[in-house]
Amino acid sequence: MSRAQITTLTDAVAELVHDGDTIALEGFTHLIPVAAGQEIIRQGRRDLTLVRMTPDIVYDQLIGAGCARKLIFSWGGNPGVGSLHRLRDAVEKGWPHPLEIEEHSHAGMANRYAASAAGLPFAVMRGYTGTDLPKHTKTIAQVTCPFTGEVLTAVPNLGLDVAIVHAQRADRQGNVQMWGLTGVQKEAVLGAKRSLVTVEEIVDELEPMPNQVVLPTWVVTAIAEVPGGARPSYAQGYYDRDNAAYRAWDPIARDRDSFTEWLEREVLA
Amino acid sequence: MTDFAPDELLTIAAARVLTDGTTTFVGIGPPGAAANLAQHTHAPNLVLVYESGAIGAKPPHLPLSIGDGILGETADAVVTVPEMFNYWVQPGRIDVGFLGAAQIDRFGNINTTVVGDYAQPKVRLPGAGGAPEIAANCGEVIVILRQSKRAFVEQVDFVTSVGHGDGSPGYREKLGLRGRGPVKIITDLGMLEVDPETREFVMTGLHEGVTREQAIEATGWDLRFADEVATLPLPTAQELETLRALKV
Repeated sequence: MSRAQITTLTDAVAELVHDGDTIALEGFTHLIPVAAGQEIIRQGRRDLTLVRMTPDIVYDQLIGAGCARKLIFSWGGNPGVGSLHRLRDAVEKGWPHPLEIEEHSHAGMANRYAASAAGLPFAVMRGYTGTDLPKHTKTIAQVTCPFTGEVLTAVPNLGLDVAIVHAQRADRQGNVQMWGLTGVQKEAVLGAKRSLVTVEEIVDELEPMPNQVVLPTWVVTAIAEVPGGARPSYAQGYYDRDNAAYRAWDPIARDRDSFTEWLEREVLA
Repeated sequence: MTDFAPDELLTIAAARVLTDGTTTFVGIGPPGAAANLAQHTHAPNLVLVYESGAIGAKPPHLPLSIGDGILGETADAVVTVPEMFNYWVQPGRIDVGFLGAAQIDRFGNINTTVVGDYAQPKVRLPGAGGAPEIAANCGEVIVILRQSKRAFVEQVDFVTSVGHGDGSPGYREKLGLRGRGPVKIITDLGMLEVDPETREFVMTGLHEGVTREQAIEATGWDLRFADEVATLPLPTAQELETLRALKV
């Protein structure tokens, strides 16, 4: 049994995230690993295939900063606010460079994560039938049930090199605990070759919480204590979602110059 | 009469069509406010289901996103996203899918992916999210959308979520889609409902003060009207007060 290494965010990203990797930063509105995403920008990673069900403002930042070659996703927007302008600029105008996209539905992405966690080449579902998505997304295929003959939809394993998630707590042995809305984080960590968990705090003992997900230390590669690491998203029990920051992102990201200036000031400086 | 904004009219009209005691999958955007309002007015037992994993959420105020903390904290059950789609949506456990759209056509096919060509889009929209499987598997679908020629189009640029296809008989059944598909579109001008014979959406109601000409002008296809077009009552003072209090 190997234990998770408790380290710093800087060292963890340097060690685990490489140029060209396929990498997922997950967290469904809750517990989004924003600080880790910004560390990837600071370390200048390039040609990443970014995977995420709901690319939100941290993916807008990664894309605008030129870290991504490809995006695999199911809904790319600023929830409750509008578009992701850096994502749109990359797709519509190729700035700062062209971005390949591979898009799915939430159900399809959730099943791709489930297949990844299960170590299966693909997952089976009912979905996409009659939509235009299979015409453009090669990772949607049909499969016939060997028992009933029903034609169903297959979606493949994501082939993740790295998964990064944010959790409320870890203990000193590296066991991770999260609660509240937990999205696809367990599947992402179990489905990736390497994983990094940023946490609000490292504690002596994990007190049980309702709806908790616990990741034992031996399925996690590295843990870094990053208080506030999910801001402006939220960490239940620690801080609320900063809705004003999501609204404030819209005018910053709308314009290349204001984005670049923000990036220099808030991330790279 | 109390003054109200166009969005308030839309939200209140949409809230009214939700039936108390049903399970409703709340899509991202405008459906959220309408579903929350319904729960605070005529439908206190409405079971609100959010793709973020909250089942039976009872938010005391309007969340900005479908994953705000208040949804999980007030839910009867919180599940993971794979469980939500595989165990709850896929087998058809949810009565109503309540969705927004960027474009919709006369047969209720929905586009939330791109305007223009897929490879060189004029506008890149957020994408599918949960909608394709919600539209396929929920018992029925209600769409909430402001009526305009840009949104109500002859043909959607991309079919993100299937309505009644080309309108041919049994289109959904042939694809194996288990839900009945879109049945109502609530707009700022009134309400469209699907004609069971032709599967085309026809205008069955207009908000008080809205004319047929306004509805025709705001629709990109040759809009038909039901034999009897209802006049939908304006928002009441109580509905407006409740909605505004939820926004705090």
